This record gives sequence, C-alpha cells and structure tokens, in this order.
Amino acid sequence: MGYPHKPHPRETVVLSKHFGDPEARTYKGWVRRGGYEALKNALATDPAAIIEEVKTSGVRGRGGAGFPTGLKWSFMPKEKTKPHYLCVNADESEPGTFKDREIMRWTPHALLEGTAIAAHAIRAEVTYIYVRGEFTEPLAILEKALAEASTAGVFGNMKIYLHRGAGAYICGEETAMMNSIEGKRGNPRIKPPFPAAAGVFGMPTTINNVETLVAVPHILKNGAAWYKGLSLSNPKSTGTKLFSVCGHLAKPGNYEVTMGFPLKDLLYELGGGMRPGRTLKACIPGGSSVPILNREESESCLLDYEGCVEKGTMLGSGGVIVFDDSTDMVYQIMRLARFYAHESCAQCTQCREGTAWTTRILERILTGQGAMKDLDLLLDLADNMTGKTICVLSDSCAAPVVSGIKKFKSEFEAYITGKKRPVAA
Amino acid sequence: MSTATQEYQAVFAGKTRAQLDEILTRYPAKQAALLPALWLVQRERGWISDRSMTEVAEVLGLTPAYVKGVVTFYTMYHQHPVGKNFVQVCTTSPCNICGAEGVVRALLEHTGAKDLGATSPDGQWTVIEVECLGACGFATPVLINDDFIESVTPEKVPELVRKYR
Repeated sequence: MGYPHKPHPRETVVLSKHFGDPEARTYKGWVRRGGYEALKNALATDPAAIIEEVKTSGVRGRGGAGFPTGLKWSFMPKEKTKPHYLCVNADESEPGTFKDREIMRWTPHALLEGTAIAAHAIRAEVTYIYVRGEFTEPLAILEKALAEASTAGVFGNMKIYLHRGAGAYICGEETAMMNSIEGKRGNPRIKPPFPAAAGVFGMPTTINNVETLVAVPHILKNGAAWYKGLSLSNPKSTGTKLFSVCGHLAKPGNYEVTMGFPLKDLLYELGGGMRPGRTLKACIPGGSSVPILNREESESCLLDYEGCVEKGTMLGSGGVIVFDDSTDMVYQIMRLARFYAHESCAQCTQCREGTAWTTRILERILTGQGAMKDLDLLLDLADNMTGKTICVLSDSCAAPVVSGIKKFKSEFEAYITGKKRPVAA
Repeated sequence: MSTATQEYQAVFAGKTRAQLDEILTRYPAKQAALLPALWLVQRERGWISDRSMTEVAEVLGLTPAYVKGVVTFYTMYHQHPVGKNFVQVCTTSPCNICGAEGVVRALLEHTGAKDLGATSPDGQWTVIEVECLGACGFATPVLINDDFIESVTPEKVPELVRKYR
C-alpha cells in the first residue's frame, strides 16, 4: 500500500503490503499474515547459510550508504570470543525521508522479525533498536509489539531493547549512534576500528537500517533469486525500495517500487504529478544530503544506486524532495544549510565552522548583501568541507550548495545584482 | 524569608527508582542508562535542573559536568521549565515549501506564546521550530508533548489549540 494512498498498479508491494492495516500491528494478526515463520526457520538454520543467502540476494543498506548487507554481516568475527551486538538504526532524520516511521507504525513485528534473524546471523545476544526521540508513536507501537512477541517466546534467548534518542540528527551516523547508546554525546568515531571489530561497548557490532531488516524475512522466505529478480535495471541494485515522496506534489507519501524504476514515473504517475498549473523545477532523490537534480536530469533518472550516480547524485535513503517552479532555490538551499549547521556535532573544524559560515553567506545573499565573489567563496568552502571530516555531515551540507550554484546560478545572481528583492532570512 | 532553598526531592525513589533499576539491567555499563535516566527525570519533573543532573550523576557514578555535557548535546532535554503544552513545529525545507512558516505564525498567535521559545503568560504554551521531524509527506507535522499530529495547516491551528487548552 502506497501509504497514505491506495497502492498504485505499478507499485510492487512487499514491505508495505500491510501499511494501513491496524490488525497487522498485533502479534496474532502478524502471525495470521505469515509472520514469524521466516524467523522460526532461520533459528533452525546455520548463521553462515543465512549470511550467504542474504549476500546472494544483493540487498544493500537502505539507510543511505548502500553497503551490501550480507557482506557487512560477514565482517563479524568468525571465532566468537566476545559478546556480539546488533544495533538497529531507527533514527530516521534525513530531511525528505519518512519510510522507517511508516514501517514501524504499521508493521512493528516485521522489524522485530528481521531484527531477530539478523541477530541470529551475526550471533548477537543483545540488540538495541535506536529510535529517534521524536518518534513517540512508533516507539509506543514497537514497545507493545516487543512485549507481545517476547511473551510469545519467539526470540528465544535473544534480548532486544528499545533505546530512545533525544533529538540529534547525527545519531543516525552509526558510530555516533553507538556513542549515544553508551550514554555519551553523539559524536561520530574515527574509523578504523570498524564496528565489526570494536563497536558498541568496544564489542563486535553490526548496525542495520530498519528497511534493510524488514526485507530479510522476505528474502529468506522467497529465496535470494526471487529478490534479485525484482530489479528492473541491473544486478547491483536488487529488490524493492520504499521511496518517500514529499514537497510540491499532488500525492505525497511512501511508494514501494522495484529498483531501477524511472523517477519521472514516480513523480508524475504514482505521486500524481505537480500541483495544478505548476511544473517541476528540481528534485532531490535521496534525502537532503545528496546533490540536487534539475528537471531534465530528474526526468531521465533511474531510481537505483547506479542510475542516480549516473546523474551525479545518489540514491541515499530514498527521500524524494520535489520542488516546483514556484520555489526560491536560494532560500531552500539556505534552509538545508541551516539544518546541517544546527545538526553539526561540532567535532571537526571544517564542519563546525563550514556549515555555519555557509549558512551565513546564504543568508547574506538572500537579504541583498551578497557579492558575486560569495559564490566562489561558497564553492571554495564546500571543497574544504568535502572528504575532510570524521563523518559525512559536512559533505552533506556541501552537496546541495555546490549542485545548487551549478544548476540554479541565475537565482543566486538575481539576489546579488538586486534584480530580485531581498527576503528575510 | 522566601529565598530559602527548598529541600530537593529525589527523582529516583519508589517506582521511578525501580524503573531505572530495570533499565540498568539492559546494558553492560551503568553510563549507558544516562539517556533513559534523563528521560525519566524529564517525565517526572517536566525539565532537567542542575540539581537533577547532579542526582543522575550520583546514581550512575558520573560527574555532574559530564551529565551536563550530554544534556546540552541533545535538543529534546529541557534545561528550563517549559509550558504545559510543548509544541515542536518542523520547518526544514520539505515542510517549509509546504507552508510550515504559516503554521508557526498561527501557533504563536493562537497560543499567546508570541515568541519562539518563550512561554505564554498563562504558562500553558511554549512553541519552538525544530529541524526535520521525519514525516515530510505529512507536512506540516507538529509534536505537542507526546502527540504527533500530521498535516497541520494554519487553518487547523485554532481548533488544535482549543483541544489542548
């Protein structure tokens, strides 16, 4: 179901099949829908065989980085000498993205089932599901589901706990999340050591996104070949993906399509197209951290990892932000820069200073106090913010700025030359 | 004299202490219970005072300065008392283009809070802007205390405010 809308015939509903169905939230309702069968079989299967199946399926991390999930699991130590941990990243905070929220509020048991299978595969005794603090409803629903399923005894000896965040975008970065679980400020850690060697509490740890984990029971039930066959485009991007579509669109919501689906069709067919009388100006296909596409690029982009790279952007988390021709791109890019300035953990100089400075320059341009050289300054600054810090928050701030200046330069110039009236920023 | 300091009542006593003890069993280190402990303080007291931070530090074997460092990192912990209804409005780009700024203006007007972060004279309302609430397809999402409300428009604000008043 393309929540909150009825499923579109071109959707491939696997993960979102029970969205909008309150009965699927209960343990009994979930079992009636075939739930926890995959877990039961998985617990009787050798972890190595599960990892192999997930590897073969080609599923890649849905949180944004797109790292192959089976490969990630295989990095956990073969010889078990220490406790292993699984952390579930339910800290969904990337502007434009709201798919994990829908998964948790409609199908909490799907997440718990995928989580327990992953914990078994990496031989983790303890799992922490890190839910962002603002997600009060998903938290309450998960809490109830966890209690029901635990009482039913489906998790065996595994322990699954919910850990509530407290308002920090950066805690969606896996090493920051581990620090947050440990009761620390959410500062990302320098890698190496990688989490599989020394993660939460210094122990071998795997971190997976919510959407990645809910795909796992389907892969085990239907087989890796089935999952791979769901791709429209190429063997490197497999399965279905939930795209959160928002902004200037007739029907915003979550749409589940197979990898390789044309962005154009997602916007104009599934999403209902632009509002009356409006045309598409720009689109960010993978959450606010990826480069902006102009209309031509958007209308020829295929939604998979490679298709987005081909257009100079990234699939990221699948948060599709749509801007129509009424949009002031300079103002919106400033809003995005302000987001990153607000969310910087302030550990690295390039990020702490760069995100704030970028925001100030954009504010200056909007209020009519900018100069042409400010555009070069923004690009120079962005260069110093890319690939030079512990995590990629700083790079994420630079992405919309650089692509924005490149593709919508005349809008910046209009503010600088006085052709456009200044606005409050 | 009314300036005499009132005696501090510990947060972690009785039922709340029992809850913390259960939380402590989830982690291999006491310090990991810090975020949940701070949530308990905020639930019980509405905000986290310096004195409460000291109590948390004592209970978890940390220093007050360390606890304060963590409290100040996370935006959802209140370091000052807030209105009975704490309102968080998303104004990040996707909501911004769908009219979030109008929702903020309407909320400030109808609650009487007037300024962002200020509390209305009747102590009922505090309204703040927040970055992405993770419900961009339901612009504009508003969080009132623990209630997550989707698709708020300026027109819906008067009714919403009436409901909570």
